[in-house]
Amino acid sequence: MLRLIGVGNRWRGDDAAGLVVAARLRARLPRGIDVIEHRGEPIDLIETFEGAQAAWLVDAVCSGAQPGTLYRFDAGERRLPAGLFRVSTHRFGLADALELARALGRLPPRVVVYGIEGSRFAPGGPLSPAVAAAAERLAGALSTELAAAFAPVR
Amino acid sequence: MTERRTKTIKTDVLARVEGEGAMRVRIESGRVTEVQLKIYEPPRFFEAFLRGRDFTEALDITSRICGICPIAYQMSAVTAMESLCGVEVGGQLRALRRLLYCGEWIESHALHVFMLHAPDFLGFESAVAMARDHPTIVTDALALKKAGNEIMRVVGGREVHPINLRVGGVYRAPRKAELATLVEGLERAREIALGAVRLTASFDFPDYDQEFELVALAQPGEYPIDRGRIISSAGLDIAPPEYESQFVEQHVPWSHALHSQRAGGGSYLVGPLARFATSFAALTPLAREVAVEVGLRTPERNPFRSIVVRSVELVHAVDEALELIAAYEEPDAPAIEVTPRAGVGHGATEAPRGLLYHRYEIDADGTILAANIVPPTSQNQVAIEADLRGVVERSLELPDEQLSRLCEQTIRNYDPCISCATHFLKLEIERC
Repeated sequence: MLRLIGVGNRWRGDDAAGLVVAARLRARLPRGIDVIEHRGEPIDLIETFEGAQAAWLVDAVCSGAQPGTLYRFDAGERRLPAGLFRVSTHRFGLADALELARALGRLPPRVVVYGIEGSRFAPGGPLSPAVAAAAERLAGALSTELAAAFAPVR
Repeated sequence: MTERRTKTIKTDVLARVEGEGAMRVRIESGRVTEVQLKIYEPPRFFEAFLRGRDFTEALDITSRICGICPIAYQMSAVTAMESLCGVEVGGQLRALRRLLYCGEWIESHALHVFMLHAPDFLGFESAVAMARDHPTIVTDALALKKAGNEIMRVVGGREVHPINLRVGGVYRAPRKAELATLVEGLERAREIALGAVRLTASFDFPDYDQEFELVALAQPGEYPIDRGRIISSAGLDIAPPEYESQFVEQHVPWSHALHSQRAGGGSYLVGPLARFATSFAALTPLAREVAVEVGLRTPERNPFRSIVVRSVELVHAVDEALELIAAYEEPDAPAIEVTPRAGVGHGATEAPRGLLYHRYEIDADGTILAANIVPPTSQNQVAIEADLRGVVERSLELPDEQLSRLCEQTIRNYDPCISCATHFLKLEIERC
């Protein structure tokens, strides 16, 4: 089973980027790839890995780079760079969730994490134009990447 | 000079607590001169923006104060509104609400006991580090939390910020068959919770008692969750409407949270230690037995042992949830009609962290004119600072790093929810 998990909060501006990518991909991906829109609560996030051979995660990041910058990490091999993925107010973010899953042996064999650099995270705000464009671009690239990954499994 | 005369221990960002806060302790010539638990999470304004809203909306607005204990906010709000309107929700509707509240206790306690607090006792920086050496503990925590989540989903409509409670009852009463799907997970959760009591009781605890007045709800024959009088270890026994005559809130410059004290001075403590002390006999037999087995005292006054008491409450919450499910009959109607009337209503329920008090004034149309919310962490803040002072005074010889860790652990003994406690400092402008 392959899984695409968009992470974010739809009411916090650019933090919704991961959810937007997941929503775009829902219609485009072959059946058999699960698409999940997730609010990022780390313990629940680990549950979404169950039974997955591979997972792609998309989340907003906040590193000070140009808004809309895309990052790609192979999290199956090594931990995410500290501090890049916005930590929640509970001080436990996406990177911690992945490390916890790794420690428990619950990380799927293949995990790819995409980050979209955001700039505006105010409550109730829309996606900023650069982030909306980047989300669109990433959705296009991911539909190719996932379809290619899906072919041999099928 | 061989000895530093003044030192300051501070932690700018407290880890493993709910919300954003900091701590500052100042030591001068071997004497603790200042202890501050600083809550800098931005102010919340909830009481102000409740004004002008309908009395049926308070529960869903206040539930947004906290993602960990939304049911507590909803329950204190509906209780206040229902008492104001002269309505009492009983029978299976009340049972459903109590079941939902048990789900929240399970989620919240499981998170704190295993993921936030246990690493202190086992010597790990974080739950992630702990998971590498003790994967079973973390796997158990996830299973327990999931059992709580499932109650929230089935009875509350969804896992986070549930939407099924309303003034007068619930929007939709679940079918018996839906509740039956919860049983298997809860039975496993009960075993895990029992294991948690035995595991946490085996931790090393400093020998240390606190003489705080312990304050909790109490209701004959039941463990305090959704209703009751407010009683204390010092003999207080009042109905919720008298709360504000006995407890007062004040601002302090270093925190966005209000400090709550007994009228006439003095700190007090709400939460698991208080409930356990005042309602031990109302725990389910299984919870009581395991508490005795591991040697908990009543009252248990060592704040470090709160992790054991919290685990006993996990046993209780799971056990009671199973009892409520077994006795459940689908009600004829999911809610009773509630007509607003002008007046003031008070609601007090037991959030996982302790007593949560709400007061609302509404007019004859049901419009909210005023609101006051006193969360458990505000009530415990004075006690936490006093406890920190005691811990530091007894441990001055420790190197700074160890002392700092001990202080953080001391704060975590109280499972503070900083998001809940944040108010705004009132601004006064004086013009001459």
